[in-house]
Amino acid sequence: MIEKILAAHSDQDQVKPGEIVNARVDMVLGNDITAPVAVKEFNKIGVDRVFDKERIALVPDHFAPNKDIKAAEQVKVVREFAQKHDITNYFEVGQMGIEHVLLPEKGLTLPGEIIIGADSHTCTYGALGALGTGVGSTDMAAAMATGKAWFKVPPTIKIVYSGELKPHVSGKDLILYTIGKIGVDGALYKAMEFTGEAIENLSMDGRMTMSNMAIEAGGKAGLIAADEKTEAYLEDRAQREYTIVKPDSDAEYEQVIEIDVSQIEPQVAFPSLPENTKGLNEITEKIEIHQSVIGSCTNGRIEDLRAAAEIFKGQKVHKNVRCLVFPGTQAIYKQAMHEGLFDIFIDAGAAVSTPTCGPCLGGHMGILADGERAISTTNRNFVGRMGSTSSEVYLASPAVAAASAIKGYIAGPEEVK
Amino acid sequence: MKLKGKVFKYGDNVDTDVIIPARYLNSSTPENLAAHCMEDIDKNFADEVSEGDIIVGGKNFGSGSSREHAPLAIKYAGVSCVVAESFARIFYRNSINIGLPILECPEAAKAAEAGDELEVDIDNGEIKNMRTGESYQAAPFPPFMQEIIKDGGLIEHVKKELV
Repeated sequence: MIEKILAAHSDQDQVKPGEIVNARVDMVLGNDITAPVAVKEFNKIGVDRVFDKERIALVPDHFAPNKDIKAAEQVKVVREFAQKHDITNYFEVGQMGIEHVLLPEKGLTLPGEIIIGADSHTCTYGALGALGTGVGSTDMAAAMATGKAWFKVPPTIKIVYSGELKPHVSGKDLILYTIGKIGVDGALYKAMEFTGEAIENLSMDGRMTMSNMAIEAGGKAGLIAADEKTEAYLEDRAQREYTIVKPDSDAEYEQVIEIDVSQIEPQVAFPSLPENTKGLNEITEKIEIHQSVIGSCTNGRIEDLRAAAEIFKGQKVHKNVRCLVFPGTQAIYKQAMHEGLFDIFIDAGAAVSTPTCGPCLGGHMGILADGERAISTTNRNFVGRMGSTSSEVYLASPAVAAASAIKGYIAGPEEVK
Repeated sequence: MKLKGKVFKYGDNVDTDVIIPARYLNSSTPENLAAHCMEDIDKNFADEVSEGDIIVGGKNFGSGSSREHAPLAIKYAGVSCVVAESFARIFYRNSINIGLPILECPEAAKAAEAGDELEVDIDNGEIKNMRTGESYQAAPFPPFMQEIIKDGGLIEHVKKELV
């Protein structure tokens, strides 16, 4: 599938793994950390305009709303660049959301397209059948000038998910389980393709959670072929015409992995690698937590908030726990508010925040002190990821993060009832 | 070109959060990035590193975030090149794009110890460990990447193309 997308964007009939192609990109993305470096590099090139002002998205979301003076200066660089070049898709605080939740919602990432972003979780757009992949600021700068980027065509690992999910098992659990199985470099330099009936049955929100974490297995992309669900999701959103690209029935894969999802329990990734996964049923010790974070580009969508709210209904956050809820975008924020989810969160004693990436990368809004432990629906549990180098992060789904917030230790939804 | 430097050795999965923690990403100045390079995995790195030294890593070096600040921090700290068993893909392309030499060579990476002196020929990929006298051959860069490296990074390469 990735070969077909790359061939179509480099005017070739076909391309093969290992080849290097210079391909057109449909969208170029940057945030308040990566775009300032890209702006500096762009200015070095010496062109006076961007390749297409409608195909660049700038989203100050990491340290925004500005966490300190230096962060404010960085956002200012991005804002001024957007103004100077009349960038259509610059999203100011107030319209801003977490980039990888926002762009699909705005219909800016479409099936068959190539989207590069100076953010590793750009692979999220694989869930829409697009080649979304993370690059650096220099790549972003070059693409803003030329509309192109170089790619090495990767081999593909196909992962077939069969069977029906157990209750409270979500896309997050599937992808954590997969990373646990193949390791954090299991798909290094490769594309992943998620297929099978369990993927077909998964909602768009769940699919985006899965594609989002392809990078946590080292993957270049986490592709899911677009289907009726994708088209329905895009019906009132798509900003451009698009052409769906599906894998050929005789496509060649480097490896095919079969997973029976009916055997999968809710997963928790222990510190300090996303591959250190265990099923809840394998956790015998009581792991006390101090913070529970629900949100991010991985799990900040409406379905995630609903799953957490379902657990929180009529319950209280444990007295030793701070629980922070971060809706992914303003639209999700509003929807959650209208659905009464905020009442549930606030009555339970959780804090609800404006969209930001802040806590996920230890930027702001939820930093951990020495020795503190968090359960989080985010994507990385590296050393020092959310604060002190002696703090710990456990990754899980919104349902498990909510249940753990209530119990005060890592717990499953079943333990809350 | 031949580079010679003292080895700072690390294990597998050295991620970009330990190479340059996010709390320092509110600034991309060379001084800021160099001062905090490797801080969360090796507190003394910034003080002990000298111009030309070489970082040696295990598998999946540079995993995690796309922050170009990571290879920039290493470059600004004075490191002349990174040798590893394998690199995470975004770190790999970022390094090439900014002109930080990186070599993938499992044998050389495994054999090197902290404090060893390595001599690296970045033109032909030959790595010599001066302590043991052993030589190793890293995988060569594909021609397209060699061109970017020769041009001094992606920006210079693009400039040439656009002019």
